[in-house]
Amino acid sequence: MTSQDQHWSMLFGRLSLESLPLHEPIIVATFAAVALGGAALVGALTWFRLWGYLWREWFTSVDHKKIGIMYMVLGLVMFLRGFADAVMMRIQQAIAFNGSEGYLNSHHYDQVFTAHGVIMIFFVAMPFVTGLMNYVVPLQIGARDVSFPFLNNFSFWMTTAGAVLVMASLFVGEFAQTGWLAYPPLSGIAYSPGVGVDYYIWALQIAGVGTTLSGINLIATIVKMRAPGMTMMRMPVFTWTSLCTNVLIVASFPVLTAVLALLSLDRYVGTNFFTNDFGGSPMMYVNLIWIWGHPEVYILILPIFGVFSEVTATFCGKRLFGYSSMVYATVVITILSYLVWLHHFFTMGSGASVNSFFGITTMVISIPTGAKLFNWLFTMYRARIRFDLPMMWTVAFMLTFVIGGMTGVLLAVPPADFVLHNSLFLIAHFHNVIIGGVVFGVFAAINYWWPKAFGFRLDPFWGKISFWCWVVGFWLAFTPLYVMGLMGVTRRLRVFDDPSLQIWFVIAAIGAGLIACGIAAMLIQYAVSIIRRDQLRDESGDPWNGRTLEWATSSPPPNYNFAFTPVVHDLDAWDEMKRAGAPRPAGNFRAIHMPKNTGAGIILAGISTVCGFALIWHIWWLAGVSLAALLITAIAHTFNYARDFHIPAETVAETEAERARQLAALKGAAA
Amino acid sequence: MSIAPAAAAVTDADLTARYYDLDEHDHPEGGSTMLGFWIYLMSDLLIFAMLFATFGVLGANYAAGPGPRDLFDLPLVALNTSMLLFSSITYGFAMLAMQKGVVRQTQLWLVITGLFGAAFLGIELYEFAHLIHEGATPQRSAFLSAFFTLVGTHGLHVTFGLIWLVVLLVQVEQRGLIPANRRRLMCLSLFWHFLDVVWIGVFTFVYLMGMLR
Repeated sequence: MTSQDQHWSMLFGRLSLESLPLHEPIIVATFAAVALGGAALVGALTWFRLWGYLWREWFTSVDHKKIGIMYMVLGLVMFLRGFADAVMMRIQQAIAFNGSEGYLNSHHYDQVFTAHGVIMIFFVAMPFVTGLMNYVVPLQIGARDVSFPFLNNFSFWMTTAGAVLVMASLFVGEFAQTGWLAYPPLSGIAYSPGVGVDYYIWALQIAGVGTTLSGINLIATIVKMRAPGMTMMRMPVFTWTSLCTNVLIVASFPVLTAVLALLSLDRYVGTNFFTNDFGGSPMMYVNLIWIWGHPEVYILILPIFGVFSEVTATFCGKRLFGYSSMVYATVVITILSYLVWLHHFFTMGSGASVNSFFGITTMVISIPTGAKLFNWLFTMYRARIRFDLPMMWTVAFMLTFVIGGMTGVLLAVPPADFVLHNSLFLIAHFHNVIIGGVVFGVFAAINYWWPKAFGFRLDPFWGKISFWCWVVGFWLAFTPLYVMGLMGVTRRLRVFDDPSLQIWFVIAAIGAGLIACGIAAMLIQYAVSIIRRDQLRDESGDPWNGRTLEWATSSPPPNYNFAFTPVVHDLDAWDEMKRAGAPRPAGNFRAIHMPKNTGAGIILAGISTVCGFALIWHIWWLAGVSLAALLITAIAHTFNYARDFHIPAETVAETEAERARQLAALKGAAA
Repeated sequence: MSIAPAAAAVTDADLTARYYDLDEHDHPEGGSTMLGFWIYLMSDLLIFAMLFATFGVLGANYAAGPGPRDLFDLPLVALNTSMLLFSSITYGFAMLAMQKGVVRQTQLWLVITGLFGAAFLGIELYEFAHLIHEGATPQRSAFLSAFFTLVGTHGLHVTFGLIWLVVLLVQVEQRGLIPANRRRLMCLSLFWHFLDVVWIGVFTFVYLMGMLR
């Protein structure tokens, strides 16, 4: 090594011009498009002088509603990236037959399937779910914000920092080529010497800090901040499922943190946790990561079960059937989700007794889930169902998810799993529950709560086009995978020898194309709704005749949510208030105590991103400097004691008077 | 519930009062802090649980290298343990002084706690240096990887506890024992005793039972 090289590596670690994937035309074109789009966005923001507004009103905001919306935006942006990866895989697999290598080399293809999984779980599904909980839970429990508003802002930006690192890996260096859980020894330094796995590790570690802290925050919020009279068994079902979800987050994400820390020690320090020699055990990693990984799938689906419960009760116009059984089912799922992790690797060879235990617990978990489905069905039974978009997504979910659940029970049978393990049947199964459950649920939730967040409904025409493209596209894309999985085709293959399989992959690709139309229609739906917002305006704050407290306030709610905290006497508090005809308080408004905005969250997350980048590229001096900066900034933040302020009573009175006029005008128009 | 016309005695004002908290007071500031911090500690405990589990699984994989009997110096570890236990007691005294509202006494006990903590860290670092010098490095075997990681993670926590303690000393000096600072001292107290409890696990599980292997 020449001395010039030494200087270079001291300054830039492993980073060099060769790290830029200039030899991959697909990536160069993508980069050009992203750079142009990004430049246009930055230019537009500068032209319209929006930076100050964004910084003051959004980036530094500690308002749970704005943070919730930012989570949703993050999820949506990352969803487009993750879906682009999916389409690339579908096209590759549809054409790589009869000696064709397709258009993706193995180095690129392996990154694509890894990035797809990582992005869709960590940076799409998680932000969507966290965003929904952030937005809705405080409103549903009649609170003004979460327990720790600054922490909430910090959590969001840490999640974003993780997403930024994953996106950076596309253009600077490479991403992991290991599959989304990065099993060793493949992910060890011996077999993955590049930066890909390090991007994976630090993106997830930084985002994981955010996720864990937001879990703690929401548990404390739900336990401590409920409106008077809202006992545990009067909490809305969505709040209940959120509580269980956040318990799962706090009780499982530290496991991920620990196991990734051990993997990074193996990679950076040369320890022997998961190596093949010196006493290490790769299967230890697989166990540990699935002890996090299985609860994770319930972290995603439980709040969505809550969404469907709210939607079903609202659009059937009656109280949810079997509220308490719904709560108990949720709690049972929460507990059982810790007792099934080994079903992800029955083939490890733990022996018949161990496999039987985990097979049975896995099958048992379908009982509370089944109870939930029957509760929704019985709620719909003899109801006057309004088939608006949220309800349509709910019905599509029920039909789709049941199939996914049943194939899951098939996979839970250990002998069957020995045949189906790592096959496309498994891929079809978990897409069936994640798309049919989580994704459909997020769309139901967006259509349901959008009017609350922005004060106008989403356009139903484009929403229905999106709905039909999605549902049909989903089945077209994944039924062939079930079929091929039963025939024994394994996952993550880049080229195929057997030409008879091609037709199935072509059908799946057509399905993916249809889903792409569904996504396009969804984006058009948002755009059309924003343009036509005056026609779609809802001034009542309660467009669906809702039942829970988030509908008791205006749309969008004032930053303090409720001028006076509602008092809860029954389940479905808002429904009861409406039936009792309780008039809104008209006077005696008080000053409201609120948390102040702060830039500390985004600054800390920014430094974390730099620190992660430095660790990935072995730029040690920068890692040290940024770590020190992180510590100093965090400590400096604790010296700021002035974190709250009061909204003056006059401001509250003005806002509420305006709201009263709005409601009176509506009433007058109706009469 | 249904409002029958006969119950006309129920006025609108009554209904408003029934469904809205008209006489509301500010949430006590920091009302969720102790709960939130406790939940955080439990999540941290889970990280330790994973490291203990890893040590449990890999702790006998010496890879033909040295084992606990060859390496551990129990009297030294006992001394180390006593440092941490004493620091827990002195932190308790700091909290008692805080309850009485005596700033100087609180600070004094905090300083003593910090010194015990620093002594603990010093002894631990000495032990680590000694082991590495003997060739028992974290890279030598899965047992040593697990040992250094578990004990080292605990040591890292103590280090952060010390930094936090110094910051609180400054903040108590600047603003006295205001409610925000009391809350912070309570949180650090939880954290400090938590590390003590984890160490008792480490001492028992790693050192004592390691000698029995």
